Amino acid sequence: MAEFLYIAAAVLFALSFFKDRKKTGMVLKKAWKAFEHILPEFLVIILLVGVMMALINPEVISKIIGVDSGWLGVVLAAVVGSITLIPGFIAFPTAAMLLEGGAGYMQIGAFVSTLMMVGVITFPVEAKYFGKKLTLYRNLMAFAFSFLVAYIIGLVVGGL
Amino acid sequence: MKKFLKRYLMVFLAIAGVGLFTLLNREAGLRAINITAYSFKEMALVLPPIFILLGLLDVWVPRETMVRYMGEGSGLKGIVLAILLGSAAAGPLYGAFPVAAVFMKKGVKFSNILIFIGAWSTTKIPMFLFEVASLGAKFAVTRLLVDIPGIIIIALLLAALIPKDKVRQLYENAEKMN
Repeated sequence: MAEFLYIAAAVLFALSFFKDRKKTGMVLKKAWKAFEHILPEFLVIILLVGVMMALINPEVISKIIGVDSGWLGVVLAAVVGSITLIPGFIAFPTAAMLLEGGAGYMQIGAFVSTLMMVGVITFPVEAKYFGKKLTLYRNLMAFAFSFLVAYIIGLVVGGL
Repeated sequence: MKKFLKRYLMVFLAIAGVGLFTLLNREAGLRAINITAYSFKEMALVLPPIFILLGLLDVWVPRETMVRYMGEGSGLKGIVLAILLGSAAAGPLYGAFPVAAVFMKKGVKFSNILIFIGAWSTTKIPMFLFEVASLGAKFAVTRLLVDIPGIIIIALLLAALIPKDKVRQLYENAEKMN
């Protein structure tokens, strides 16, 4: 998908360049400005993620949300998913491994859902654009919603 | 220079923190540095086209066009577009916020921006395919089907909860960013 975005960006950028060079210069300036505006936050996030991932590895997570962890396991899974920020292509295989290791579908559902929808680490970045209050509301709602997701996944996939 | 130092103060503190962490626990520290380098590579790979597209959108697409398709009164069309644009994205959620700022500038309806953020967070197509491969189609499709209405409901609730003047303030704030 990154390839698709590169192709789309390259084609449109070339088009822009041939149509109006001055405007294309503006495109680059805007792109850079938008990027630089948020770069310090990006850098802090990836440093924090590095430390966190070094501390919370798959073994630790599978201990927390194992087979018979029940609703407490779902809550813990949701909390772990909220505070961690793992790229999808690591997160999904990890989740699959956790399932194999005996974690329940409901727990994995909660983990995957909050992982993607709730961002504790990215809170300052989100608040920069949406304000603290709205960011708090959005994350709380996404957190609560993840329990519904977990329950339905447990029902449909896990045969609860 | 002083402004630069002030803006990047947290970055320097975080680097110092990782350094200290590595001194205390060499193995975990090196692991952290490795993962950070990996994330940095990921960021450097995924973000450039997103920001170029953001720049192109900002410069070339007139506000009226964006308002027509995604602004107040765009109805279902705006919602569907918000979901499609968010789902076509790649990269971490924090990449979505600068795009949201340009949307605000272009007069996209607030609830549609929130739907876009929701879609980016959880219904991204590349991630969906990956989820199918790792956790099975049943898991991924169930989650997707619950998520789509969920994202819309959350967005509408949030838009209703936040007072109009607060939203206007956010839009003005976005204006200054680009």
